[in-house]
Parts: sequence; structure tokens; C-alpha cells
Amino acid sequence: MTSASKGRAIVIGAGHNGLTCAAYLAKGGMQVTVLEASGQVGGAAITREFTDGFRVSAGAHLLYALSPDVRRELALERYGLRLAAEGLSTIGLHPDGEVVAVRGDQLEGPGALDSDREAMRRYAEQMNRFAAIVWGLKDQLPPRLGTKNTGDLLSLAKLGLRIRRLGTDDMREFLRIAGINVYDVLEERFDSDLLKGTLSLDGTLGSFLGPRSNNSVFCALHRFNQGQGYAIPEGGMGTVSIALDGAARAAGAQIRTGARVANIRMDFDRVCGVTLEDGEELDAGLIISSADPVTTFERLLGPRHLEAGFANRVHHIRNRGCVAKLHLALDGTPMFTGLDGEQRGQRLVIAPDLDTVERAFNHAKYGEYSANPIMEISVPTVFDDTLAPSGKHVLSANVQWAPHDLAAGWSEARDDFEALCLDTLEAYAPGLREQVVASELLTPADLEAGFGMTGGHWHHGEFSLDSFFMLRPVPGAAQYHTPVNGLFLCGAGSHPGGGVMGCAGRNAAKAVLDQA
Amino acid sequence: MKRYDAIVIGAGHNGIANAAFLAKAGLDVLLVEKNEWLGGAAVSRNLHGDWIYSNCSYVCSLLRPEVYRALDLGKYGLQVVPYGGSVTINQEGDYLGSYVDEDASRRELMRHSHRDADASVRYHRDIMRQCRFIRQFLLRTAPDPTSFKPRDLLELLHIGKKFWGLGEETIYDTIRFYTMSIVDYLDEYFENPLIRSAYASSGIIGSAMGVMSPGTAYVLLHHAMGDVDGTAGAWGFARGGMGAISDAMHACFEDHGGTTIAGNGAQQILVRDGKVHGVALENGDEVYSDVVVSNMTLPRTFLECMDPKDLQPEFLEKCRNFKIRGSSGKLNIALEGLPEFPALRGNKELICADMHLIDSVERLERAYDDWKDGTWSRDPYIDMLIPSLTDPTMAPPGKHFMSVFVQYVPPKIKGRDWTDEDRDGFRDTVLNQIEDYAPGFKDLIAHVEVRTPRELENEVGLTEGNIFQGELTMDQLLFNRPIPGYAQYRGPVKGLWMCGSSNHPGGGVMAAPGANAAREILMDLKKPNTVPEGWLDD
Repeated sequence: MTSASKGRAIVIGAGHNGLTCAAYLAKGGMQVTVLEASGQVGGAAITREFTDGFRVSAGAHLLYALSPDVRRELALERYGLRLAAEGLSTIGLHPDGEVVAVRGDQLEGPGALDSDREAMRRYAEQMNRFAAIVWGLKDQLPPRLGTKNTGDLLSLAKLGLRIRRLGTDDMREFLRIAGINVYDVLEERFDSDLLKGTLSLDGTLGSFLGPRSNNSVFCALHRFNQGQGYAIPEGGMGTVSIALDGAARAAGAQIRTGARVANIRMDFDRVCGVTLEDGEELDAGLIISSADPVTTFERLLGPRHLEAGFANRVHHIRNRGCVAKLHLALDGTPMFTGLDGEQRGQRLVIAPDLDTVERAFNHAKYGEYSANPIMEISVPTVFDDTLAPSGKHVLSANVQWAPHDLAAGWSEARDDFEALCLDTLEAYAPGLREQVVASELLTPADLEAGFGMTGGHWHHGEFSLDSFFMLRPVPGAAQYHTPVNGLFLCGAGSHPGGGVMGCAGRNAAKAVLDQA
Repeated sequence: MKRYDAIVIGAGHNGIANAAFLAKAGLDVLLVEKNEWLGGAAVSRNLHGDWIYSNCSYVCSLLRPEVYRALDLGKYGLQVVPYGGSVTINQEGDYLGSYVDEDASRRELMRHSHRDADASVRYHRDIMRQCRFIRQFLLRTAPDPTSFKPRDLLELLHIGKKFWGLGEETIYDTIRFYTMSIVDYLDEYFENPLIRSAYASSGIIGSAMGVMSPGTAYVLLHHAMGDVDGTAGAWGFARGGMGAISDAMHACFEDHGGTTIAGNGAQQILVRDGKVHGVALENGDEVYSDVVVSNMTLPRTFLECMDPKDLQPEFLEKCRNFKIRGSSGKLNIALEGLPEFPALRGNKELICADMHLIDSVERLERAYDDWKDGTWSRDPYIDMLIPSLTDPTMAPPGKHFMSVFVQYVPPKIKGRDWTDEDRDGFRDTVLNQIEDYAPGFKDLIAHVEVRTPRELENEVGLTEGNIFQGELTMDQLLFNRPIPGYAQYRGPVKGLWMCGSSNHPGGGVMAAPGANAAREILMDLKKPNTVPEGWLDD
């Protein structure tokens, strides 16, 4: 390894975490090069034209967890980050036109039962208090367990203290529900089936979990981002990445698109650089990968450089992507029954009741797509006219469950599934079908190919109690550095996980700078 | 007016164990039971001819050896006979046998997958680690993590020390083990469908979860943490049926001067000025004591046998939210002869073993989907044994008793109560399932007793037919069991105690809740402790 490459770091992947990490490393005085396989920065946080004149957030489509620290420290506003709408409410739809709107801890709309209004207030307040505990960890370096290291013990003590501070009643409730499922918790608290179904989406969206699956409460906690709520960036999610890109470049990072890394090169027990697919070799003493752990270790590095137990753990990271992305170009306003004006731009949810959601999940367990799919819908053009010609709209929907490994095979089933999605939407927004100018369906298989996410899984690995904090992505790599000298992780596969947050990238940069 | 030192409601094995420990400490104890017979779900019934049914619980492993010794159950006639291994039979007529002889078991695994045979070494090592870890806490009272009492802090510290002592790698594995689904957990070891289903099935016994539901790995542990004569993980029959366990405990109880009233259950627990003072019985009699111990389920105790005025509304709400959904049923069958399982090809050892009819985790999961939809599984998972092959006292010579445990069976059918037609439909589903694997089996049937959640609740008092007196999920384990803040066997009213499986460490014929409750009671009464604490064998 040349002495020149010693202070040089290569970040693999210009997803939002890769860019965030690069920006902080560059600010930290490192010589950073970001290598992005595709022709565009942003990874799954991009805006893309999917048909003439219509642009859409091709991956993530709602902003709800972007780290305030990242936003401030990297001055993202200066580099173009603007919100077209924020504090969106979540509106549950029902085929018969009934709607329930949740804004923070408030239930809106005539349909809401008084018993539920009070219950919703208590539920949201409590979940926010509990979420604060989980979110409180998001900027923390996960500790190692079983050690005598004071730092580790201290951060655990802090966690314990935070839980204690809840007070007896809340602490008991936290310890009771943190490990169970939203089905039972929602049944305990609410009456309206539509409301229960709508709220259950938070516990299952993007996960291989149904409402009855334990762990779903834990997943739901991550949607209660201290009441921050959902927002739509102006110009789509790509705006976030472009801002991060600007911040990184301004800090001195070099960013190359169209540069696909073929493999990570080793020099005995330490990484020494990467080889691109076109054969070009780059040297670097530090390599930080925002690619998912399976891609990083199995494809780019190769298991032969790993100890057997560790390789085994990596191999079993659960990457069963099960959400498809549907994009529709519409030549008119989608007329969702029971909604008017800006309501159509809120976070719309199709999850009529708990059992329907649970049954939809049943299919995924056997490699089938849901007969009655569950959806999270956004029509950003209600607030943002930069995405489509005036008067026209873009509809973006997360549809589940659509397992990556579809038994029937996606090439055969994709058209049927897309038709099923349109039928479903038609039932909630009569006339929508006629409005469709063009459509695009991204199955988990497409997401895998397009964004390089193994299994097409948003979070680079199932998000659950068994892969959280000091267990994420796997023990041995949970502190961002890996068993391989000089190789770090900074993607959604690492703590605190997926969603356009930037925390993993920021934490990783901290860990790198502390070591280098 | 006679006052007892303590009244125990419910002569299930936990109630009898609790009463026996109290009596051993010199207390004048009254044991009250609604049925004419004793034992609750650990019982031997003679319902047809000379056959004896273990008609609820049917095998023994979890019974704590310390309790066995402390109550001298051997002296009172209890004999536990280990049985040989287990076998899982698939639909293609092949099987996976597990033998007492480890080499035979390994050869059998290799017959299906060499890779899995190697992985099984790692698997059994990891499971055994988890068993040895959890066993230490079964005969201890769980700490209240919200309390600042020295006792709770010390116990938390004790658990923390043991946990830390596992070492970094095992700590991570332990956290994952407690939060994963049994299928995801097994994915990290096994590839063969038959082997995977054979191990996975232990993760759902008695539980309202599917093999793909996170949290089921623990349920597997709950069935692996026992032992017979020091052989960890082994299972056995109580000679004479499971009732032999209750009978031996009861003999010990009477030997120490205990009194028993059978066939006259508790109508209501009497409370006066915030303290219990006795129990009103079904026939109108009243019996009095400052200490009343309920071995009934949590909902039965507080929602059925107490005056709501004596309890806080918040507490009652928590009782209503207690998860105790039944998921199992049982058939007890008197057979004129021994059924033929062609798949076993006359294997003399495996027909005596624990026989499972399953061959893939997907089948297990689909069985659960039926439960969620409010029907019994159309393609049920079956766990059956022929105890009379090991214990001849269970059936007349040449004839046999077959115990058939079935998963899943819902507490209600599509939201309504069970009818006799439903029960018969369930029976036929199960009998046909067995017939498919053992042609001619039905012709051997002399008598069938069908136990759906309805029967389990009405006869044994298991609310909603849940065999564990409450589901084994993280919200109802350790200090959360049965309700956060009430995990130390003390009820919300002074003098009221809980000793059933609704309490830590939960269900199974373990006698641990009964023993732990007795220890707490004696502590409060400042009596000499007669109850073993901790895991003395490890």
C-alpha cells in the first residue's frame, strides 16, 4: 500500500448514508472518494423521471426520520433541501368512503369515535415517550455486551436509566409491550377497525411481519419519531441526496458516479483498495461500505477473508424484501372517496382492518403476493408542482406484501400484480384507472437490481429486536468497524437502520475518525 | 368458627404442591377443589372400561427435581419412566427418528442430510446453553425492575451477573434466541424440511403463535428445559398416568395434616376491610383464613371469583387484557390393538416414542392460519404417544391407550362458542389425519374422549383452554407474568396469593409456581422455609 493511500478513504455507494458519511469524513480532514455504481447519486433516496414529464421519488417517498443533526451540521438547506409539505397526517381509507385521519395524537374527521380520540391521545403520547428511548440510541455507538469496558457499561447504564426515568407505570408498560405485537396492543386500546388497521401499518411496513407477529410494536416505535411526522421534500426524495452531495463536495469529497466496485482488495490482513468493474484499481487504507452487509462481505470482499462464525451470521441476515413500489402518472387529480383538497396529499393508508392486514401477510409467508394488498400512498404533486406537468399528478405507493422470492416468479406474475394494485386503488379512488397515463411497478427484485439492495430489502436487513443496536447488522460488526482491518460499514444495515435518516453514515464517520 | 392458617383454591398440581409445602411448614391448610377428582390438568381418569387416560397433560419432564425430593414424591409412590426418543413421520411414508442412542440419532439425521447432522451438534450445544441459563431462574421469584427494594435490586443484579457470565457471544445468541421465530432460528442450522419441521414443532405447543412468529424460539426452550432422572431434555411417563404426580403430592400433603374438600369449589373469595378472610364455597358453606391462595387462572380468580368492588378498575382491566387464548385440543383414545404405521416399518423403538405427524414448517404455519381465522386446523399438527407400550397399567392386556395432542384449536369458532357438532367435526379431522398415516387405525378405536378448549375450560378451569394458564410471550414472562407489578405471587388484596401457572415461570407440570408462591407466603408469615430455591442440580 502506497503511503499516499494511507490517509485516503473510499466510500462504496452514494446512497444518503454513503454521502453523509463522506461529508463528515471530508470535514474531518480525510481525503474521500465516493464510488457510486449508478449514474446518479442518492441510492434509494432519488427522484427519477419514470415517464415523459413525470418524476417521482423512486425509492423512499416520505421523509420522517432525517436526523436534525445531519440537517444542521451539513447545512442541507444551503444545498437545496426544501420541504414541500411537512407534518402530514395519516389517513386511513375504506372502500365504503369512511376515513380516519391521524395527525400527531389527534384524530380528525367525523368518523372518529370519542373513545378512540381519547385512546389515540394516550397511545401517541405513550408511544412517543417509548420511541424517545429507542431513538435516544440512534446517535450512539452500540456497546458490546459481556465486556468489562467502562464505555460499554456506561452506555448500557444510560439506557437503563432512561427506561427507569419513564416512571413505574410507563416503565412497566414499556417492558410489557416492547417485545410483542401491534395486533394485541391495538385491540386493547381502540374500537374502530379502520383505525386499528391503519395504525397497524406502522408496525409492519417494510417488514416480514404481520400485525400478529411479535416485534411489530418495536417496529411501530420507529415511526413515532418524537412527533416529527411525515414530510415531502420539494422535488422529491432526490433533493435530500443532492443536498448531501453538495455538502460532501463542498467539504472536499470526490464523488464518482458510474463507478461500480467489483471487489475490495486485501493486502494480507488489511484492505488496500478496490477494483472497479472496468478494471480500474483505486488504493485506499480505509474502505467504508454503505452497501448492505451481505453484498459487502459476500460479493465485494468474499467469505474467504472472514472467520467461519462471522461469515455464517452474515449469510443469515434476513433480507426478505417484501414491499413493491408502484408509480402512476395521472392526467387528473385522483378522487379518493371521502377526501378533498390537500387531504389527497397526506399519507394515505389502505389497511381497512387488522385481520385484512394479517391475511395479506399470510401470502408472503408462502411466497405469494397478497390477494388484498396493503398500501401506503403519497400524491406529492398535491404540494409539489415540480414533479409533473401542471394539472397532472404522480401517485407513489408502497404495496405489501410482495415477497422478493415469489414462488410464481416475478417475470410471470408482475402484470397480474400490477393489475391487482390498480383494481385495489380503483376501489378507493373510482375513475383512477382512466386517469393513468403511464405506470411503473418496482418489485423487490427490481429494487434489488436498481439499488443494489440484497433481497430488495429497504433496511438492508430485517429490522427487529434480534437485529437491533449491538446486534445490527451482526455481532462483530455492530460498531461500524468490521473484523477486517480498515473495512467499515455505514449503510442502513448498521445501527440505527434504514429510512432516510443519515444516522448510520454519521455514526460510522465518527467511528472511522476515532480510529484513524 | 374454625379458621385455617391457609386455604388453597384448586387442587391442580401447583395447588397441591403449594399446600404441601405450607403443610410441611406446620400450617393448618385446607385444599379446595371443584371437581370430585384431584389433579386439575395433571390427572389420570378412568372413563372407559379398564383404560386409564392422562386426559390433559400426558408426559413429564419439567417437574422440578428439587420439588420431587423436597416433597419426597418417590416415597409417596411417584415413578417417572423415560420413554424412547421421538419420531416425525412425513406424508411420503418416510420418517425422522430420534433415539436414546446418540449415534443412532446421528445416523438417522445423516440419512436425511449430512450437513444437518453436523449442524445438529452446534444446535444441541446452543439449546443446552439456553436451558442451563434459564433453569437457574425457575425456582426463584422474579424481581420487580421498577422497585428500589434491596431484595429486587439484588435479584436484578443476580440475573445481570449470570447473564454477563454467559460471555459476549452467548449473550448475543441469548437475546436473539428470545426474540426470534423458531423458523428463523432453525434456518441458521438446518436445511432439510423434515428435520426443520421436527424441531420447529416444539416452538408452538400450547401457544397462540405460528412457527414463523417471533418469540416461538422461547416456547421451544420451555419444552426442552426439563429432565428425567438428570437427563436434561428427556421426557417420561408418570407410571399410572399424570395423576400419579398429583396423587403423590396429595399423599404428602395429607401426611402433613392437610385437609381436602373435593367436589365443592370456590364460589367467591371473601374480602373484609381490604383483607381476605375466607372463601365461600359452591354449596354455600364458608371457610375462613387470613391467607387464601388461588391456583386458578388469573381471569378466573379475579374476574369470576371476586367481587369487583374489592379490586381496582385498572387491575381488572389488566386481567381482561391478560392473554390466555387456547390453541390446543386433545383426543384420548382407547384402542383394541396396536395401530400399524407403515412408515415405521415395524420399528419397535419408535412406536413407543413421541410421534409427530408433520413434514414442513409451511404446513405448521398454515395450521396456525386456520386458528387465526377461528377454526381448528384442517391439516392439524399432531403429537401422539402410546403410553401403554411403556406403562402397562394404562390399558387392559393387549389393548392400548393413545394420547393425541392437537395444534391448533381456537377457543371460539368464528367468534361463537363451540357446539357438539364442532367438537365432532374436530374429532373426525384428527382421526382422519391419523388414519392417513396408519390405515385401519379407526377400526381399533374402542372409545374416544375429545377435549376442545371448551372442555378444558369447563372441566379443568383453564380459561379459554390455554394449557399454560396464560400465553408464554415476552409481555407475560418473568417479571411481566401474569401482570407487571404482580409477579411475586401476591395478589392486589392483603392475604390473597396466586400459585398457578399464570405466574412465573409458567405452564407445564413443573410445580415451580406453586413452590415459589409457598416460599413467599412462608416468608411473609415468618415461618421456616420448606421450599428449595434456585437450581440445585446445575
